[in-house]
Amino acid sequence: MSSADFLFQGITKAFELIVSLNPYILSITGVSIKVSGTATILATLTAIPLAFILAFLHFRGKQALIALVNTGMGLPPVFVGLFLWTMLVPAGPMGFLRMIFTQEAMIVAQYILITPIITGVSLAAIKAVPKPVIETVYTLGGDQKDAVITTLKEARFGIITAILAGLGRALAEVGAILIVGGNIARTGSIGGIGEGLSETRTLTTAITSETSKAEISTAIALGIILISLVLTVNILANFFQRRD
Amino acid sequence: MDELFRIKDLCMAFGEKGVLENIDLTIRRGEILAIIGPSGSGKTTLLRILNFFEKPTCGSLKFDGMDIGEINDIRRRMSLLFQTPAIFNASVFDNVAYGLKVRGIDKKTIGKKVGDALSIVGLSGLEKQKARTLSGGEAQRMAFARAIVYDPEILLLDEPTASLDPANVAKIEEIIRRVRDERGTTIIIATHNIPQVRRIADRVGILLDGVLIEVNDKEKIFTAPQDARSAAFIKGEMVY
Ligand SMILES: Nc1ncnc2c1ncn2[C@@H]1O[C@H](COP(=O)(O)OP(=O)(O)O)[C@@H](O)[C@H]1O
Ligand SMILES: [Mg+2]
Repeated sequence: MSSADFLFQGITKAFELIVSLNPYILSITGVSIKVSGTATILATLTAIPLAFILAFLHFRGKQALIALVNTGMGLPPVFVGLFLWTMLVPAGPMGFLRMIFTQEAMIVAQYILITPIITGVSLAAIKAVPKPVIETVYTLGGDQKDAVITTLKEARFGIITAILAGLGRALAEVGAILIVGGNIARTGSIGGIGEGLSETRTLTTAITSETSKAEISTAIALGIILISLVLTVNILANFFQRRD
Repeated sequence: MDELFRIKDLCMAFGEKGVLENIDLTIRRGEILAIIGPSGSGKTTLLRILNFFEKPTCGSLKFDGMDIGEINDIRRRMSLLFQTPAIFNASVFDNVAYGLKVRGIDKKTIGKKVGDALSIVGLSGLEKQKARTLSGGEAQRMAFARAIVYDPEILLLDEPTASLDPANVAKIEEIIRRVRDERGTTIIIATHNIPQVRRIADRVGILLDGVLIEVNDKEKIFTAPQDARSAAFIKGEMVY
């Protein structure tokens, strides 16, 4: 078999797997979306208020918090995974939670990874709202609450971009969730293609394991889905950036 | 005549830098008072103090007989138009309606008042347009409509025509006169445009280097200025 045939067969079978809605691949996609989506929602609920607090309020330790956010934006996923793993393993300080190798652990890992990103990018968008625009709120009789609402509206596209950046990063991330999630699928997935269902196996962790098992068409199918998801998120982000 | 603002011995400094000194000024209800002076003389700072953006470093400010206490209540009775309008990223309607919305006015009244304000500034029919796509003159007139839509008692205008073409300057001047005549709004306009002062002001204050060297009726200022520096500034002999 030539290398071209090898690649062609892999891709053809990959499309067959996708089109036939293979349950194994579908379940993996579902876990990815569920874990990263939940992490993004929780991170957003933390990050947007945090960004507003950092933009509007003066308090002690604010600079330290900003430094923490900036550092957090570049945290290596494997480090977060390792850290969480040591906390969550049965012998660890939070082992009693019985969270290791669950989707919840993966959500926490991605939450830690993307909250700083959404905070940092939102903060930049909020700070980019010109001061005269905020002052205009006051000249027209608005109060601080109105100023916050107006800032949120003015920065809306930037904030949406921040959320999408977080989601994109979560979907593409592999290091942290591999360590705390364990890439687990229910029986059947080990031997053949399209058997079993994902428990903590996501598009990224599955690509790692399927490739190392030489299940090339499965890996390619997963890769196509992953790329489509990430691309969709990026196109959306681009769209909102242009609206600004 | 009824006093609206009474400013006494007011001064202002940013750090070490003194910007306004010993300002004494009474603003009368229903007048158009022009504050003229070269760039950097402190006009914007004075308007910002009147709108409570800056706290003066000394002196007193009385509004309608009251010492300044609850700032927001008084602020709601006035409006400040910046030299360059800051526009919300929204439709013309939503921009103009802003001051009514924060006051909790009902929708029907908002629709009517926005319509009236836009008609005064000659922008009727542009309600749905995105405000950021307006031309410079239209944007300034929209900001004007936004500033008068809730009928403020005092309108503070910071060089409202400084960056406009002659046609838009004429329109804004006409709007200023109309708002005062039809609504009785007290208007304080900062400008360095002397012909404009001749056209629209009732009284004039001349501000040089943070000092209000003369305040008088327009006729007196232009025919018999009391201060040699006023005379020089009005004649355009002052280099700045
Ligand atoms: N926030 C500020 N901090 C420091 N200096 C300021 C500030 N605002 C204004 N100034 C200074 O005050 C002086 C008067 O400025 P301004 O009131 O803007 O004058 P004008 O409007 O007449 O041109 C200028 O020298 C300006 O640099
Ligand atoms: Mg100025």
